[in-house]
Amino acid sequence: MTVVDEIGEAPLEPPESGRVIRRHGLATRLTHWTWAIALFFLLLSGLQIFNAHPSLYIGQQSGFEFDNAILKIGAIRGDDGVPKGVTTILGRSFTTTGVLGMSGATENPSFRGFPTWATLPSYQDLSTGRVIHFFFAWFFVAAFLVWLASSLINGHLRRDILPSLADVKALPKSIADHLRFRFHHDGKYNGLQKFAYAGVLLVIFPGIILTGLTMSPGMNAAWPWLLDVFGGRQTARTLHFVCMTLLVGFFVIHIVMVLAAGPLNEMRSIITGRYRINPQTSEKEEHR
Amino acid sequence: MSRFLVNRRRFLTVAGVAAAAVPLSGCDGLDGYLSGQSPVRGFMASANTLTYRVQRVLIGADQLAPEFAASEVRQGQRPNGSTDPTDADYLTLQGRAFSDYRLQVTGLVEKPVSFSLNELRNMPARTQITRHDCVEGWSCIAKWSGVPLARVLDEAKVKPEARFVVFHCFDSMNLGLSGAVPYYESIDLIDARHPQTIVAYGCNDQPLPVANGAPLRVRIERQLGYKMAKYIKSIEVVSTLEPFGRGKGGFWEDLGYEWYAGI
Repeated sequence: MTVVDEIGEAPLEPPESGRVIRRHGLATRLTHWTWAIALFFLLLSGLQIFNAHPSLYIGQQSGFEFDNAILKIGAIRGDDGVPKGVTTILGRSFTTTGVLGMSGATENPSFRGFPTWATLPSYQDLSTGRVIHFFFAWFFVAAFLVWLASSLINGHLRRDILPSLADVKALPKSIADHLRFRFHHDGKYNGLQKFAYAGVLLVIFPGIILTGLTMSPGMNAAWPWLLDVFGGRQTARTLHFVCMTLLVGFFVIHIVMVLAAGPLNEMRSIITGRYRINPQTSEKEEHR
Repeated sequence: MSRFLVNRRRFLTVAGVAAAAVPLSGCDGLDGYLSGQSPVRGFMASANTLTYRVQRVLIGADQLAPEFAASEVRQGQRPNGSTDPTDADYLTLQGRAFSDYRLQVTGLVEKPVSFSLNELRNMPARTQITRHDCVEGWSCIAKWSGVPLARVLDEAKVKPEARFVVFHCFDSMNLGLSGAVPYYESIDLIDARHPQTIVAYGCNDQPLPVANGAPLRVRIERQLGYKMAKYIKSIEVVSTLEPFGRGKGGFWEDLGYEWYAGI
């Protein structure tokens, strides 16, 4: 085991429950909860901002006299004269009444990109959406820098996050285990977990920060290379949205996995740092 | 064992808070904290001051906004906000093709001056192809021609105590119960003296159309579109923004938008 036992403490539980180890460092726990809170507000305020112009484009600018849109959310009046919400993705239109384009009470629908329950404030208020977004964005970025620095210094990144060659080789088995909901509670991340966390922490988090900054006309003057990296301001806005979608997907899987792996033990480890390892697997791991 | 109970209690608290947050987003539970005058909103809005300071450090005073090739001008400049002012003085000027229009420069200057459109067109010009970013999220690339604002300010000789430049406009925006409110905007002297900050009289090789702010609009290329006042009546150099509108430095700022719109 590379993880360190609590030293000088009596076993907290009867032996059959397995040993309790220190799993998550303080920096990991603090940044985790900063991100959790910040992302909640960033998501809902971000959808508020998106609703001010619910279309996404590829390139430097938005096509009004030409078409470079890859996503459009709106409402149209159908042949029967009844309005309906329509979402067009890559030229293919879908009726999304009730969620996208048109939502709310049937007798008094609101015509907006995302529905009231998905935005902050619930009503249309771009300026407040921006205030919330740019407030929590600072916490999100600060937590990312703290996490990156501490993970580089204390080895968390290399030890726990970056997949090793062995992890890559074991990936098929790891995927098969997950599909059977067979989990190893040895306190270490398996290959699939490492890829998921590395993808979120080292690709999506920097990606969502940098694509956000690419939308800033001020930052375009400061760091013009951002536009080259992301292929223009409107592409950056699209990628910012894609990163958001991936994070929402990650969040859903993350919660399902926490519930499947034992929510009390998992929650304890991300709050207090203490995690109970499974007795059978831990012994096996120790002899490895 | 007791530790575990504490942890379980803590877990339940967190789970409870998390569970409560989900329907909160669904309903309007947080809206009360976010309305115009709420202190929570005011506190969050102060982060914009941090953004302003940090961007001022990261962006050199004269660092240029990206400029684009002529081939990137693929459409007309999309008009937004006021597109056809109906204010009486404006209609009079428009009726005479702005021939008796004069741009007034007033406030904290040694020598208040005014310029006709012809005088401005005969001053050293700057043409730039830049991207206009609306706060709503869209962008549009267009070619702009005009006089550097720095040049206009130099003609009037700005006094040392000056801190901001205010643009007073001909157009009024209807605010329901408050009636029509004249548009105005303001920027600091760093942006006012930036080489790409021009008082534009031309757009895409044509005289500035009414929809885009004829006879004059300002271009402030490192900020969002709402900063770039159209239908400019006069330019006032000031040391404080308090006397204007509700004191926040602009029409949209008075309604809750950030004064610094570099993000």
